[in-house]
Amino acid sequence: MKDHATLAEEFIKDEARTNWHDETLWFVRQKRDKAAHGLPEWEQLREWASQIKNHTLSNMDRYLEEFEKNALANGIRVHWAATAEEHNRIIHDIIKKNGITRIVKSKSMLTEECHLNHYLEEQGVEVVDTDLGERIVQFRHEPPSHIVLPAIHLKKQDVSDTFHKHLHTEKGNNDPTYLTRAARVHLREKFIASELAITGVNFAVAETGGFVVCTNEGNADMGTHAANVHIACMGFEKLIPKASHLSVFLRLLARSATGQPVTTYSSHFHKPKPGQEMHIVIVDNGRSNILGKPDFRNALKCIRCAACFNTCPVYRRSGGFSYHTAVAGPIGSILNPNFDPKKYSDLPFASSLCGSCSNVCPVKIDIHDQLWKWRQALTKAGYVPLMKKIMMKGMAFVLGRPALYRFSGASARWVLRYMPFMVKFKINPWYKQREMPAPPKQSFREWYIQNKKK
Amino acid sequence: MSSRDKIFSAIRKNKPEPVPFAEPDASVVISYPDLFEQFKTVLTAIGGSCIEVSSAAEANKLIAELEKGAYVIDTTADYPENLASLSPGLLASVDTAIIRGLTAVAENGSIWVTEKEMVNRLLPFIAQQLILVIHEKDIVPTMHQAYEKITINETGFGVFIAGPSKTADIEQSLVIGAHGPCGMRAVVIKN
Repeated sequence: MKDHATLAEEFIKDEARTNWHDETLWFVRQKRDKAAHGLPEWEQLREWASQIKNHTLSNMDRYLEEFEKNALANGIRVHWAATAEEHNRIIHDIIKKNGITRIVKSKSMLTEECHLNHYLEEQGVEVVDTDLGERIVQFRHEPPSHIVLPAIHLKKQDVSDTFHKHLHTEKGNNDPTYLTRAARVHLREKFIASELAITGVNFAVAETGGFVVCTNEGNADMGTHAANVHIACMGFEKLIPKASHLSVFLRLLARSATGQPVTTYSSHFHKPKPGQEMHIVIVDNGRSNILGKPDFRNALKCIRCAACFNTCPVYRRSGGFSYHTAVAGPIGSILNPNFDPKKYSDLPFASSLCGSCSNVCPVKIDIHDQLWKWRQALTKAGYVPLMKKIMMKGMAFVLGRPALYRFSGASARWVLRYMPFMVKFKINPWYKQREMPAPPKQSFREWYIQNKKK
Repeated sequence: MSSRDKIFSAIRKNKPEPVPFAEPDASVVISYPDLFEQFKTVLTAIGGSCIEVSSAAEANKLIAELEKGAYVIDTTADYPENLASLSPGLLASVDTAIIRGLTAVAENGSIWVTEKEMVNRLLPFIAQQLILVIHEKDIVPTMHQAYEKITINETGFGVFIAGPSKTADIEQSLVIGAHGPCGMRAVVIKN
């Protein structure tokens, strides 16, 4: 399997597109800053959110029981899935029992994590993704590359080509309004005909036994209110204690994600409409295991806003697919090694440890600390390539010996100046798709000794 | 052991020591000198529009004069008896839906609407144009005061609606009118 560095190398081959990706996500990050700075209590909000989530994690069993009891009293059917397979099976059973063939699904990263669409396809059941970005990537048989902006890796001509092929739009018409209108007509037909709607859950409220789903497009609502069966899927960590806590999280979510003051629709589901079946599938799939790890449990506070994606210098320049997982970016790099340390051993290294992710996180997850801790845990467990281990040992040897360190620095500057061909060759990974820096005349130590008396 | 029991026993085994927390205190958050002005500014910025009228009678008169298309469902006045069970296929041709909103939020331009006012849950989402009618006295500064005022489980379904349906999934270009309303107007009754 290809690792992050190899996949990123493929992504950055197209320099203009890489720059566009980088700048566009940075623009989203700037919109987030503007929204955050508009509220003097922003840091207080983050602190409240963090505390509420920590508190909920530490009382998870109690709040889950409370939620289950209230949801059942509301007429919602509650299912428990220990694994991804069980989650998929529960949904397939509901589909089979009702003899359903027309299914729409709004955005749910959990169903991506469980590979629900793929599973249902194998059982001969087709699911239509209704978020515009997700529909685009579904037509292209691609996964989403970003949890909030699923098609951010594509340009409008790509969407135009895809829609020309699948929706018979005019060839070469790249106008986003024209393309969105074509999707509107196509998807409104799907909504009207749908028998079953699958949604994710942004927040579940223990106190009331209901849940909240946020969208801008209205696709979750179009699906659920048209269909006679609604299945909502959630990881158990989506739970919060009280309705009043929604204020904190809804104030943070959209501002952190896109810089909007709130999403267009924040829908609160408590009871099925007359004649409707409403199900909720509560999934573990490794989460209870993460809860037992003091160094890593606080990643379960995540509300999937993707602020850490947009700010990350590595994500912006390497694209979502280079993370080879449903949840990419910095948060994905600390969540995924929990599920499969071998497969995702490369991800904690796909970071400069600059700490920007932790600074923008609305629920104060110590993302960059966890990245650093994962590097150690994975190295200790033997999941880090031998070459990287040898290099690290070599670095530790040199850094632990000041005289040797000074000699190495001087040699490197000499080589860069007089024998650049020694480093500017293909095998040196630092030279790939990069210019080597001009060597400084002296080291900082030399400069300091020379200047300290001045 | 059932999956439910398995999950609960793993959580009980692995959860950290109880962590206390401070309840959010709405008295320390932002306030606005003029709630209506703030609401109007934000709603306009997110693609909606806001019309102020001085009385309920004036609101009715103004709404009667607005361009609304041929198929209008007004749940603030007389509406079809079978609205609750009207099929999605029929609702898809509604040009304009008019619904009463209960609480509006100045900080984000959103309006709380419940199943009771919309009668049919699909109506505010599937109509081509949406008009929400609210009273100025029901505008609160932030979501904290909004959740103090509303009861989220008073009916089976409730929603904060902030502007028209929209997307920016194609190259981050904002397009108003994704699947739902292409326009959203708030009519604010000042008295």
